[in-house]
Amino acid sequence: MTTNRLRRAFPAIVVFAGGILFWETIVRVFDIKGFLLPAPSAIISAFPAEWAELRPAAVGTFTSALAGLTLGTTLAIVAAVGAVRWPMAREGAMPLAITANSTPIIVLAPVANAWFGLLSPWSTIVVIAVLVFFPVMINLVRGLMSTDAAELELMASYAATRRTTLWKLQLPGALPYMFSALKVAAALSLIGAIVKEYFGGSQSRLGQYITLKAGNFQFEEVWTAIVLAALFGIGLYVLITLVEKKFMSWHVSVRAAQI
Amino acid sequence: MTEAAMTLGNVSMVFDADGGSVHALEGVSLDIRDGELLSLIGPSGCGKSTLLRLLGDLLVATSGSVTVRGKSAEQARLDRDYGMVFQAATLLEWRRVAANVELPLEIMGVEPAERKRRAAEMLDLVGLGQFAEHYPWQLSGGMQQRVSIARALVFHPSILLMDEPFGALDEMTRERMQMELLGIQEKTGTTIVFVTHSIPEAAFLSDRVAVMSRRPGRITEVIDIDLAQPRVFDTREDPDFFAAVTQVRESLRSIEEAT
Ligand SMILES: Nc1ncnc2c1ncn2[C@@H]1O[C@H](COP(=O)(O)OP(=O)(O)OP(=O)(O)O)[C@@H](O)[C@H]1O
Ligand SMILES: [Mg+2]
Repeated sequence: MTTNRLRRAFPAIVVFAGGILFWETIVRVFDIKGFLLPAPSAIISAFPAEWAELRPAAVGTFTSALAGLTLGTTLAIVAAVGAVRWPMAREGAMPLAITANSTPIIVLAPVANAWFGLLSPWSTIVVIAVLVFFPVMINLVRGLMSTDAAELELMASYAATRRTTLWKLQLPGALPYMFSALKVAAALSLIGAIVKEYFGGSQSRLGQYITLKAGNFQFEEVWTAIVLAALFGIGLYVLITLVEKKFMSWHVSVRAAQI
Repeated sequence: MTEAAMTLGNVSMVFDADGGSVHALEGVSLDIRDGELLSLIGPSGCGKSTLLRLLGDLLVATSGSVTVRGKSAEQARLDRDYGMVFQAATLLEWRRVAANVELPLEIMGVEPAERKRRAAEMLDLVGLGQFAEHYPWQLSGGMQQRVSIARALVFHPSILLMDEPFGALDEMTRERMQMELLGIQEKTGTTIVFVTHSIPEAAFLSDRVAVMSRRPGRITEVIDIDLAQPRVFDTREDPDFFAAVTQVRESLRSIEEAT
């Protein structure tokens, strides 16, 4: 079991380790300047000194990201269920949602500071929630609407209520859509958090930390924040994948390949 | 003289499709007797599935009436008088076989222990007792269809509506399923309306065969099948069986010639 899993992960580990090694080598061989690209070893050795400053910044950023992700996803689920329940609302809201989803919502970042105040945590959380809302809602509506007509007829033949049909048929059927939307949303929430922080707000945030260190040409330090954000993003992705596997062991995507 | 379980009174059905309307059924009148197995046979697109949906109140007729022992079809559906089996098994892929069979009981508020017991009993009846904990995708098409039959029967509906349920099965499986169906009907006394494309199947199973014309579908003839009950494997070699097959075939051919 464990050895089997290890064997499956082996190629990925090799490529990953090879990538790091390659990075280290080219930086040394071509003597690439630190402000362009510091060596992995240099980034790692910058961590201890920076940790006291980095840790609270990362906690602040990740908390905002998670809060925004949770808020946006919750609202999106409510909106999607409403849109499926009331066709009029759907026909009115969906074109709007699709349009909004094709705009770069992150440009709201500086505006949100004006709305909520520079130091309010809500300015970041709301930007992230808006960023996450549209892709999750659109995907979930698609998922809920893709229920097989014959399965809906089956529920009708049992005289099942709308609510029962939603819980027992439509929502489980929409789970694959939900999880792929969540993976996109998780990455968006981190991008949203850090980019939003570039525009000011609390000093103890990864976005502010990066701006500050870059301004001082401390690029190893900048990269510690980048690495941390990447690790958190990967962690979030893995977490979502684990939950997905637990709830969707029946689905083709999970039972066929382990992606 | 048995009383009518269901009555179709001058039923017509017109679908509004974009760019015109489709006249699917025209003036269909029919009494379906209590406890009988009545087959519907006719050319593809003549409105067999539509008629079945009207009987089950999954569609509402453009004109005419559908009554079920003095009730409206809608009331009968709300009273859970119908079990439905579609051409595709329509099992919910996230539910194990037993949970799929329990679905109608769950919706009808039967308590868990009782649900389990009845689902197990039904699965034994269709010969799938050992597959209770499998997922639908782990079963062959024929096994899935048997699960859907178990699911339709588990709440003891008084009327079973089946739309080409054995259409996708090989000849041997199909013959075995036909025997099983007749066995179940004998035990439960269920009234069955059975849509099929197969003349021998209609002749073998039915008390009566209703032959339908091309679109707009009408019932051109209702043929009594005078074969000894219970039907057994050897029935298919009975001269009366060949006579019945011939009679249905002639009736279908006269439709072809009329158009
Ligand atoms: N929801 C619908 N909207 C529009 N037209 C429909 C609809 N359902 C059925 N029809 C039309 O009604 C006619 C009868 O369809 P139906 O499915 O009842 O035929 P059928 O006898 O079951 O055919 P088959 O033997 O191929 O299953 C067809 O011409 C079909 O195109
Ligand atoms: Mg049909």
